[in-house]
Amino acid sequence: MTTPPKPAPAAGSRAGMKKELPERFKSYQHVWVFIEYEHGEINPVSLELLGEGRKLADKLGVELAGAVAGANREGLHAVAVEAFEHGADLVYVVADPILEHYRNEPFSQVLTELVNTYKPEVLLLGATVLGRDLAGSVATTLLTGLTADCTELEIDDDRCLAATRPTFGGSLLCTIFTLNTRPQMATIRPRVMALPPRQPGRTGRIIEHKVSLREDDIVTKVLRFVADRDSSKAQLAYADIVVAGGLGLRSPENLQHVRALATVLGGDWGGSRPLVQKGWMPADRQIGQTGKTIRPKLYIAAGISGAIQHRVGVEGADLIVAINTDPRAPIFDFAHLGIVADAVELLPALTDAFRKRLSVNRLAG
Amino acid sequence: MHIVVCIKQVPDSAQIRVHPVTNTIMRQGVPTIINPYDLFALEEALRLRDKVGGEVTVLTMGPPMAEDALRKALGIGANRGVLLTDRFFAGSDTLATSFALAQAVRKIGETWGAPEIVFTGKQTIDGDTAQVGPGIARRLGLNQLTYVAAINGLDLEAGTIAVARRAEGGVQELSTKLPALITMLEGTNEIRRGTVPDVLRAARAEIVVWNAAAAGITEMTLCGLRGSPTVVKRVFAPTPRATKAEQVEVKDRPFETIADDVMERIFAAQPALEAELLRTAAGY
Repeated sequence: MTTPPKPAPAAGSRAGMKKELPERFKSYQHVWVFIEYEHGEINPVSLELLGEGRKLADKLGVELAGAVAGANREGLHAVAVEAFEHGADLVYVVADPILEHYRNEPFSQVLTELVNTYKPEVLLLGATVLGRDLAGSVATTLLTGLTADCTELEIDDDRCLAATRPTFGGSLLCTIFTLNTRPQMATIRPRVMALPPRQPGRTGRIIEHKVSLREDDIVTKVLRFVADRDSSKAQLAYADIVVAGGLGLRSPENLQHVRALATVLGGDWGGSRPLVQKGWMPADRQIGQTGKTIRPKLYIAAGISGAIQHRVGVEGADLIVAINTDPRAPIFDFAHLGIVADAVELLPALTDAFRKRLSVNRLAG
Repeated sequence: MHIVVCIKQVPDSAQIRVHPVTNTIMRQGVPTIINPYDLFALEEALRLRDKVGGEVTVLTMGPPMAEDALRKALGIGANRGVLLTDRFFAGSDTLATSFALAQAVRKIGETWGAPEIVFTGKQTIDGDTAQVGPGIARRLGLNQLTYVAAINGLDLEAGTIAVARRAEGGVQELSTKLPALITMLEGTNEIRRGTVPDVLRAARAEIVVWNAAAAGITEMTLCGLRGSPTVVKRVFAPTPRATKAEQVEVKDRPFETIADDVMERIFAAQPALEAELLRTAAGY
């Protein structure tokens, strides 16, 4: 239901496409991050985006602002403090009982109104279910450009946002511009950008914005929220050690070797996209562009060829170890350590090796 | 009740290959399929129709060959297929696509009755943006229900619908008023096989083909490249890292030896990791 990116225009033709920005958009300034705040918690992706937004704002020589909405005014002020310590100069706070739970309608209205009032040139949102639900509506209302699932953001020589994302099912990358409208909107998946270091004591300005919302006007009602059990799938993106399997495992049963190694290492496990398509594992275990992006300290890829869509999901790992029988597999182009071997045979040996090392030391200790 | 399901014909991405020298997509011989996520939307629509009666209209925008996707949908059990095709739509980004599709849904409503529900898949496998569904909802003023896992209740008389949707950290149960736009989550149902009569009907059914004018679209500046605020500046393959992976010697070595070697190198590269693992193993 979406459109594939247009083919790249021939070199030099972009100048012709990039018309003068209409006068009404020239006052649009500053970089914004929409901060997801639900059930009393900030979604970590929002802090990651503040880190990235800081870089963009510095390059543009403008301010970085957070925008947050919710019901609990005190909680929202605590969010603002957190945002300041992660790089924000100011935070727009909208407190209203109607905003207690996320609903598309009131949140779209609030964010649209904030944008129209304070006019940011760049607006970043997490590519979460909430962020995507919201961004699609707001961009359509504002009739502006929105680029989904960016993996890299830059400011070009004309002060425009250059948003790079995988395309064609993740087989290539493309760089997308929003030409003649503002704000330039983009969503970024959790863990694609690094969490910026906290700067304790760093402060900023809070700007309270009042909205006139009436519950009677909002036709969508929240009946119930059933929180996920604290299962590992929520933590895969944030695990320190991840072991994943690909088609090189040959059969779904062999995923047990992936799980066994992950267990011994106290990490989490996942797999490449084909395993989901073949029904070997649930979609929430998928690692890569269309699944989870991970930034572990150690990533072990077993029998994964390393297509671009997988690569962009794991490149943030500190150490990538790849096991593949094909010495020309693309995964060896970005892994740090490579083993040309059958993962089905090597995984149990690795599990044994780690188990021995860790248990021997436990006895000794 | 009238339900519109928006689908897209996409290249089977599992079979896409990139030319190693020119970095262009080699499209020749790549088969096309209905975007797999859209099938969950189609099945849910058919189930609702079977339960309460009515019609399912399937809508797609694309080149003339996208008719195949509609015929497949008819073979699965949809009542009507509408193909929106015009060279003015070429180069549409998600905003321009949602404009054209919203206009077509409006026209479908005028022609066969206003739909109570518009369905889409949660996203496509080629664009992966998940933006067009919300775009259509906003343009038509439909109540937006994304990532729906289950339809818990439908009351046509009261004009209400209740759903369970995937939210951050849990499942959100919502009720709203019709008409609504639903983007269906994957894995929520299993697409049926078409019955023999449906498959036979699909083969000779007439597909409704609309160009922009036939769909009632007059503002051509909102279509295609001109109606798209975003532009793709360049398409490229990622640059390989300067150094390839350091290879562990495997020739004539038993797996145990290789495994030990790999473990030592992991710890050598990440000394802090070993200490952490030992702490965890020791039961801290």
